[in-house]
Amino acid sequence: MEPFSCDLLLKGALCAYLAGVCASLLAARRERLAAVAGFGCAALAGICGIGAAIWALLQGAATPVPTFDLWPSVLPVLKLSLRLDALSAFFLLIVSSLAVALSVYSVGYARAFYGRKNVGVLAAFYNALLLTTTLVFLAANAFFFLLVWELMALSAFFLVSFEHEKPEARKAGVLYFVMSHLGTGCLILAFLLLFQCAGQASGDFGPDSYSFSLFHALGDKMTPGRRDAAFLLFLAGFGVKSGLVPLHIWLPEAHPIAPSNASALLSGVLIKTGIYGLTRVLFDFLGTPPNWWGVTVLSLGTISAVLGVLYALMEHDLKRLLAYHSIENIGIILMGLGASLMFLHTHHEVLAALALAAGLYHTMNHALFKALLFLGAGAVLHATHTRDMEKLGGLIKRMPQTAACFLIGAVAISALPPLNGFVSEWLTYQALLQGFGTTSSLFRLMFPLSGAMLALTGALAAACFVKAFGITFLAQPRSQQAAEAREASPSMIAGMGLLVAACVFLGLFPTTFLRLLDPVTEQLAGIELSPMLSLANGLVLGSSSQPLGGTISTLGIAFAALCLITVPLGLRLWFGRRARTRIGPTWDCGLQGLTPAMEYTATGFSKPIRMIFKALFRPRREVQREYDFSPYFATTLRFESHVEEVFETRIYRPLNRLVLRISRRLRALQAGSLQAYLIYIFITLLLLLLFAL
Amino acid sequence: MSLDLAGILVQTALLLLVAPLVTGCIKNWKAKLQNRRGPRVWQPYSDLAKFLAKSMVISEHASWVFRSAPYVVFLSALVAGLMVPMVSAQAPLSLFGGVLAVVGLLALGRFFLALAGLDPGSAFGGMGSSREMTIAAIAEPAMMLAIFTVAISAGSTNLSQIVQASQAPAWRLLNPIHAMALAALFIVLLAETGRIPIGNPATHLELTMIHEAMLLEYSGRYLALMEWGASIKQLVLMTLLVNVFFPVSLAANASAPALALGFAAYAVKLLALAGAVVVVETTNAKLRLFRVPDLLTAAFVLAALALLSTFLFQ
Repeated sequence: MEPFSCDLLLKGALCAYLAGVCASLLAARRERLAAVAGFGCAALAGICGIGAAIWALLQGAATPVPTFDLWPSVLPVLKLSLRLDALSAFFLLIVSSLAVALSVYSVGYARAFYGRKNVGVLAAFYNALLLTTTLVFLAANAFFFLLVWELMALSAFFLVSFEHEKPEARKAGVLYFVMSHLGTGCLILAFLLLFQCAGQASGDFGPDSYSFSLFHALGDKMTPGRRDAAFLLFLAGFGVKSGLVPLHIWLPEAHPIAPSNASALLSGVLIKTGIYGLTRVLFDFLGTPPNWWGVTVLSLGTISAVLGVLYALMEHDLKRLLAYHSIENIGIILMGLGASLMFLHTHHEVLAALALAAGLYHTMNHALFKALLFLGAGAVLHATHTRDMEKLGGLIKRMPQTAACFLIGAVAISALPPLNGFVSEWLTYQALLQGFGTTSSLFRLMFPLSGAMLALTGALAAACFVKAFGITFLAQPRSQQAAEAREASPSMIAGMGLLVAACVFLGLFPTTFLRLLDPVTEQLAGIELSPMLSLANGLVLGSSSQPLGGTISTLGIAFAALCLITVPLGLRLWFGRRARTRIGPTWDCGLQGLTPAMEYTATGFSKPIRMIFKALFRPRREVQREYDFSPYFATTLRFESHVEEVFETRIYRPLNRLVLRISRRLRALQAGSLQAYLIYIFITLLLLLLFAL
Repeated sequence: MSLDLAGILVQTALLLLVAPLVTGCIKNWKAKLQNRRGPRVWQPYSDLAKFLAKSMVISEHASWVFRSAPYVVFLSALVAGLMVPMVSAQAPLSLFGGVLAVVGLLALGRFFLALAGLDPGSAFGGMGSSREMTIAAIAEPAMMLAIFTVAISAGSTNLSQIVQASQAPAWRLLNPIHAMALAALFIVLLAETGRIPIGNPATHLELTMIHEAMLLEYSGRYLALMEWGASIKQLVLMTLLVNVFFPVSLAANASAPALALGFAAYAVKLLALAGAVVVVETTNAKLRLFRVPDLLTAAFVLAALALLSTFLFQ
């Protein structure tokens, strides 16, 4: 096919999103039509996007990169130029695949808002967020990038505060807005540094020096000080967006409060824009990295992973739990990227490509299973009107399909074979393991230690999802709402089903998917990974870059298990001919039957972890008992348990107080007298003139 | 790259048949050491046959998760076992995955076991699940670090290659790296199989039980699969330990004398390790639940020291 058709698909996708915005606003009076039109357009756009992305990835890095201007220069400074190189195409694939699945789900999910909220507005902002995110991935100059970056933040803000009649939604929205702008501030400064250097290099400070193609490997031409400053600013700016610890505090507030399809979009795609930005900047713009960049990214990733999952374990709000897991998974992705930077520093390109592929693979995986889990949580919320796990339970009987989808997502995110989470973590482990031999400095100890922390993260995530699935879906319902829950609508199930299929596919056929990553690793690390892996009929994924390495075949494992199932089935036929199965009550120690109040709770489930890590959590609990005559027979009991959010109480609150104190002092300047203001202007002007001389 | 079908069948049979025997030996020897007569070493086989033939009672609150968990636990342990070299240095399914896959498969079994504990809605099951997942979570980093240490020495996560690398002439039994990694993995083994001082497999008392608490609602065929799966898991971990750290006389080829020697050596090593477990179980008291992290942290520190020695000595 011609590159022309790829452009056409891309433009089709962008136009469809735009049409989705317009159509859903126009049809806002008729809810059903608005939902179908808005989400239908988004699904269509997603399909176009997938087509364009796969086409670009299959072409490989050798063909010329499709580049085009969206609008022949509206303003002389602002060029709306788009570029679909391998990295952009990969992220376009992520956003487009989610757009399809989420839109299918949303058609049914929007019913929850009929007559209560304006579905047209929801669909419009949903489309707007998808459109701007797509443009962020495609933007080819810094000016345009920052513009759509801000538009994206705005659309996300409106989705977060969609249910603005709730005070916590307004609060979360504002927190998100403030944090997001702090991040953008850092980004503007960092891009200005790059712009200045690009301008100096080409001797032209025109609008073209914002172009990303000029920024390529620019870091090698910068002074080390400026380069490091740019690195730190980019890390902070993109770190805020991706929820990197300690810049994560907005994420567990903002993601759960949005409507669930939007939560899935925020956690699945929006935070990946931070990953995209970091990858673009670190691997494309800033040149050969010094060692400490990789070390910083790897350590921050490790810390984010462990802290994210630990805080997730303490949650019994289903959607907040998932939001904390996003922080964990961003950490895992950054472990891959950080290791890759360290390998680039020591010029181990093969390993750099492996680690990068591990990080990007996990980016795709996280988008899929986190969206799946948020959709499952959304279905539960839809059916029971609560996110509090302590009020749920027994839903597997009433919502069997939702439960099955959620279970697949839980197995995938816990990095258990044979699903996709396992594959990407396996790649990360391999990269970390091989990393030990790349250097003889003390830094090489970081690789296995990060690997051990990754193991801790994985095991804690498994514990967390045993809790999340077990308490929400298994045993007896703990409240009336849970007992009366009804299965989600077919479109919601279909949306989740698409994601389940994707998780299973990426789990069982990793080599097929890794081929799509080849152009990306070639673009950024100079190596195609697939030829390095020993491919036995697409069965075995082995990282035998050195003669030794490791092999894995999830498909083989699944096949072996399938064959071996004959053993228990054969035993059943042989021994169990006369065995009968009877349904009976659960053993209740001779009481008058079990009640839901006797079940284990989510808080109880995570208590051992809370006790073991009490230095971090600083758990506080209050118990109030009232009794009539004997302390053994309490009539009422009130129990409260809290954990401290260390970053909020130790960093952000003091910082907040400091800012407020300073601004109180500065208030004296703004006295309201016009003469004083004129003097300020005059003094500023004078200073600027002096500075200009 | 051909898959050795005979090898797979033989190793499957070995895993299925040897696992209950090891459990029986440990029970019997422990009783002997405590001046009791104890059950025969063959008792677990009779138990399994009895459970398999019995009718089942399933809780009315349980779902399909409860019914599928025994299969997942049993099969995951079995497939993991096929990736570990037992008698021959070449594990039959080593192409499908190495030590990371073994750890992952055992974790998959644990995940479903813990869910099955929560499913019938009994507080015992929930408590067992909670404790099992907690202990596994803190044992995992120590285990992975110890594994990393040997894998780094071998340059691979493939168990056959790890075993072959430690058979090489450079191999020394009292290498500090190996000794410390071995100690760490031994503690992890005790934790993962729920033995004293971490759990107590011999009791159904709710204060001490972890594994049994989750199985409380199981009966008949499912209980047999769960118990069998647990002993296969124990065998897999023990095999991992003995063959990675003492890869003496593993059969290098499929000739009969080599295999016979390999099997004999394997039996001796396995029984020696079982003896060590028995001694530890008899001479120690069970730790309070919240003291268990201290022990596992010690394992983690040992593994970290092993790693540090790799850095110093290699």
